[in-house]
Amino acid sequence: MSKTYYDPADLRKFGKITEWSEELGNKFFEYYGKVFEEGALSAREKSLIALAVAHTEQCPYCIDAYTKDGLQRGVTKEEMMEAIHVGAAIKSGATLVHGVQMMNKVNKLDG
Amino acid sequence: MTKLKTQSLKKRQSDLANTNKQLEILSNGIFANGELPTFKDKIAETNQFPLKAKPLEILQINVGYMCNQVCEHCHVDAGPDRKEIMTRETMQQILDVVKTTGAHTLDLTGGAPEMNPNFRWFVEEASQIGVKDFIVRSNLTIIRANKKYYDLPEFFKKHNIHVVSSMPHWTRGKTDKQRGEGVFDMSIKALQELNAVGYGMPDSNLKLDLVYNPSGAFLPGDQASMEKDFKKALMEDFGIQFHNLFAITNLPISRFLDYLIASENYEDYMYSLVEAYNPMAVENVMCTNTLSVSWDGYLFDCDFNQMLDLPVNSKSKHISEYKTELLEGRNIVISQHCYGCTAGAGSSCQGTVA
Repeated sequence: MSKTYYDPADLRKFGKITEWSEELGNKFFEYYGKVFEEGALSAREKSLIALAVAHTEQCPYCIDAYTKDGLQRGVTKEEMMEAIHVGAAIKSGATLVHGVQMMNKVNKLDG
Repeated sequence: MTKLKTQSLKKRQSDLANTNKQLEILSNGIFANGELPTFKDKIAETNQFPLKAKPLEILQINVGYMCNQVCEHCHVDAGPDRKEIMTRETMQQILDVVKTTGAHTLDLTGGAPEMNPNFRWFVEEASQIGVKDFIVRSNLTIIRANKKYYDLPEFFKKHNIHVVSSMPHWTRGKTDKQRGEGVFDMSIKALQELNAVGYGMPDSNLKLDLVYNPSGAFLPGDQASMEKDFKKALMEDFGIQFHNLFAITNLPISRFLDYLIASENYEDYMYSLVEAYNPMAVENVMCTNTLSVSWDGYLFDCDFNQMLDLPVNSKSKHISEYKTELLEGRNIVISQHCYGCTAGAGSSCQGTVA
């Protein structure tokens, strides 16, 4: 057994998931590749969205992958950090907006 | 003024100043234990081994390793301390050969080629031969480094030189990180001066192309997208125009190899290169139509092999004994650094190849 749950070198083995379920694995990678192609959004914009989501999902593999992908596309560190703040803002907003539910409940029970 | 980013490996007396050491690293470890295939095995999978030289199209001449900059990733290990400079005698031998070959492109590189004391004489002589494309790889800052270089834009224009210049990014921070403090501002001034004499303008015959190579341990992105981003940013921020952007992959040799090892990125970088291997790029890899001439007149398959001291596999080893029949069809000398030219859309001194 490896000493930690996450090994950075495992990212290189991602493609191997097809070995235990070829059809589903291949369909996933085909879909994945298609999603990141240039479309109504540029591949660069998609890369920044992926970086922000990688952080909200707290996926270390995705963070490594989309930081490198961003650098390859000429994305600056300022752009990367702003994208992460967008993710963080939604995360914290999603927490705080539930405060309304708490307020509703307080008002109902103790208003 | 610009500040030197680092020192040459030679000046630092680094182990890697020894090219045998570099070749040893590129052949050992992950390539010796079978974790990754060697370049030879990889191209053999698609029956592309051995790579053979086609008729010569591009003669690339390294007129010396002296440079006013010491960029972090320089594959030449160039710098102000490097005294290897091409003599006029060797230049004359090259001129004699250029007249007899079918090469359509002459490509001067360095170091900073303009620092060779015979640079202007050579350009004047060579431009009379009538090659179709006469390139000078200028680092831009040299144009502003000293009064004696201020007239270079006019000199280039007079001889219809195709100027190709390095620009790692459209932002100051990323450019200076790789090339030294102050390099970005000085490069911008130089580009504006080149624009002012007509270089890089949309309908101008005075060609100005930029070379982008990544500032760290990652591969270049899509060349066309990068060109769009560069053009937009340089125009909006500085009113600068240029023709094409060449996206070039950093090869794992010399100072870039040193950087990869020191930053513990070597293995990941080699994995990235091998994973991005593209057999289509092998078809058009530049060593098959190019010859690289060193400052002392020796012949190499490419500038990278020159820096690794891997001479051509031919009896014709020096420009003074240049023989087309001995060089055409020769087997190209390869090692694992060659993966740098076959990753993704491929990489060459003229940008992508696939």
